[in-house]
Amino acid sequence: MAVVQQTAHPEGRSSSSFWTVARRDSLAGFLFIAPQLIGITLFVLTPLCLVFWYSLHEWNVLANTFTYTGLANYQMLLEDTSLPSVLGATAIFSAGLVIFNLSLALLLAVLLNQKLAGITIFRTLFFSPVVVSLVAWTIVWGFLLQKNGGINGVLLVFGIDGPNWLREPVTAMISVIVVQVFKNVGLNMILFLAALQGVPNELYEAARIDGAPRFKQFRRITLPLISPTILLTSIITIVGSLQVFAQIAVLTQGGPGLTTTVLVYYLYQQAFQFHFFGYGSTLSIMLFVIVAVLTFTQWQMRKRIVFYES
Amino acid sequence: MNYHRTLKSAVAALAVAVPLCWSGFANAQDAVNLRMTIWSANEAHLKLFSDIAAGFKKDHPNVTVTYESLPFDTYTTALTTQIAGGNAPDMAWIFETAAYDFVNSGALYPLTDTLKSTKGYNAEELSATAAERWTKDGKLFAYPFSTSPFAMFVNNDLIKASGAKTPAEMIAANQWTWDNAIATASTVGKTGKGGLIVRDFNYQIWQNLASVWNGWGASPWSADGKTCTMTEKPMVDALTFIHDAVFKNKAMPGPGESVDFFAGNAAMTITQISRASLLPKDKPFAWDLVPLPKGPAGNYALIGQAGVGVMQSGKNAKTAAEFVAYMTNPENSAKLSQFFPSARKSLLNAEVLKKTNPLLSQEQIDKVVISGIATGKVIPGHTGFAQIQQVVRSGLDAVWRPDANIPAALQQICGQIGPLLKR
Repeated sequence: MAVVQQTAHPEGRSSSSFWTVARRDSLAGFLFIAPQLIGITLFVLTPLCLVFWYSLHEWNVLANTFTYTGLANYQMLLEDTSLPSVLGATAIFSAGLVIFNLSLALLLAVLLNQKLAGITIFRTLFFSPVVVSLVAWTIVWGFLLQKNGGINGVLLVFGIDGPNWLREPVTAMISVIVVQVFKNVGLNMILFLAALQGVPNELYEAARIDGAPRFKQFRRITLPLISPTILLTSIITIVGSLQVFAQIAVLTQGGPGLTTTVLVYYLYQQAFQFHFFGYGSTLSIMLFVIVAVLTFTQWQMRKRIVFYES
Repeated sequence: MNYHRTLKSAVAALAVAVPLCWSGFANAQDAVNLRMTIWSANEAHLKLFSDIAAGFKKDHPNVTVTYESLPFDTYTTALTTQIAGGNAPDMAWIFETAAYDFVNSGALYPLTDTLKSTKGYNAEELSATAAERWTKDGKLFAYPFSTSPFAMFVNNDLIKASGAKTPAEMIAANQWTWDNAIATASTVGKTGKGGLIVRDFNYQIWQNLASVWNGWGASPWSADGKTCTMTEKPMVDALTFIHDAVFKNKAMPGPGESVDFFAGNAAMTITQISRASLLPKDKPFAWDLVPLPKGPAGNYALIGQAGVGVMQSGKNAKTAAEFVAYMTNPENSAKLSQFFPSARKSLLNAEVLKKTNPLLSQEQIDKVVISGIATGKVIPGHTGFAQIQQVVRSGLDAVWRPDANIPAALQQICGQIGPLLKR
């Protein structure tokens, strides 16, 4: 850069002018990122600050009152008897989703990482739910999961009296996890597939010559080499799992009891159904902190689990 | 000479154009656009509302009224979100369950003075019981434009095919009780068809069960709304009865089961009479409309209401109130009553109702509509209803299980909503 500066402007001129090449470059750089920066400021940072501001207030929308209450909403957070159940449901949902999604995505990717005729048809089939409308997907599953719905109809053919999927606490949680996994597993599958195809074939050949069995090859070669993708997909999936809303709203409305009331759905209820916008904002701040801490922790763990970063 | 002629013409043109432009500018300045949120997207409803808006425009040429249809299921949420976002409508339909929240919060503009000062309005003929939920400190804050009784629609074809007695036969024999209604529903249920459906309940909208438990004299809370009464005997008995109907007698669809009466798949359904429009035209069945069965506490009726109110925060609240007065005057109320039964006494007679509800017989109008509106209790509602509704819904999930301990579940619900009722 210094060479370019000297070539473009003789030393005397560049030192006297305010618009040095370095400054011009900086300005150009800022102008290039300005649209993104303005967007983030308007649509991410400002709402974030506003949500924090709202969390310090009691906002009665109908009465049109906005009263400063300090940390009262945060105090309410500690005293909310429903919150432990909600956090528990959120944790179960996230854990179930991440484990099931990543395992299935990796399994599908390994199975589809073959050079067979027509394999792209299968890849397309497994990926297609990703591009389907989330609400439409969930509504169809809602019909299938009814007591007298399609899934129990199929089970009945085999003489099995299926459960009331969305009305029993355990099956309701399993159902919303499975519906979400089947919707998005294709995305992680594609990422894993790309990672698998990046693993050099020579390594497997060398391992085979050394007599390493298939599973050992997978554990010692494949997993370490796709570990950056595992980190990426786990971060995306965990963050996504904490933001699940439509599936719960359409399939269970948080029931039975509070068993599928996850944090985002609870937040929606408090703010938009019960009109407690202040407390809803406080829950949003809590969700933000949880997501930030989890993402930071995972990012820190990359040094231990990701092959490239050691 | 030519110059002078041109100058004269220009001055004359200006003399005409300037006042015209000025009046146009003044009109534009006075233009009032009113927006009303509604939960209906029915074409016939919207046509009627547009006609009413056009009628108002004749006397108020500067006022334009538009209607915004919001989804029924999330109507109140969408409305409050608009209010929170600083985009409140000028006027809004309000559910009976949310009435206390809107009326008590001060969100609505008082209508009494406007209605009374409107020529020919005849505000006194509005039934006091119908106006009760929408009134505070003697002032009406929303006009209950729809007061619709719940009744039992019957599929006589299915019932006769099952060999059970039809409700009409039971009424004639003075045997139209809940026990007999469930016996009939159970008989039909055993044929593989649905028995009795409380429409829209779906094990979520529990307040619709008032159409059953009112027959036991049960209520979720005391008359002053301060005390939970779900643990009292009438409610325990009523819910035990419903539980048995679902899980023992198979007379009602269970949780997660979907059966549609209007598709001809169930013997009976409890819903509002306005749902008569859903009766099938292609594959009609022999249907009947009868009052709700007699419960242990005697005969009873239940009504659902919808109010229309003016948002206090609107810039044109006074004009909006004038529009509501026009929309609900005797002439327009008569037009509206073909879809939304009116609580005006002059419209509560068989002659008017027969004209506006051609599907119903004279007997059905007398026994179901007139009697229902005159004697019916309104669906339960409370300040902060959305939260109470959610807590009770969640608690009742423990009741909708075959092995439920109903008194224990109701005890737990009362423990949870007790503090909410006292707020």
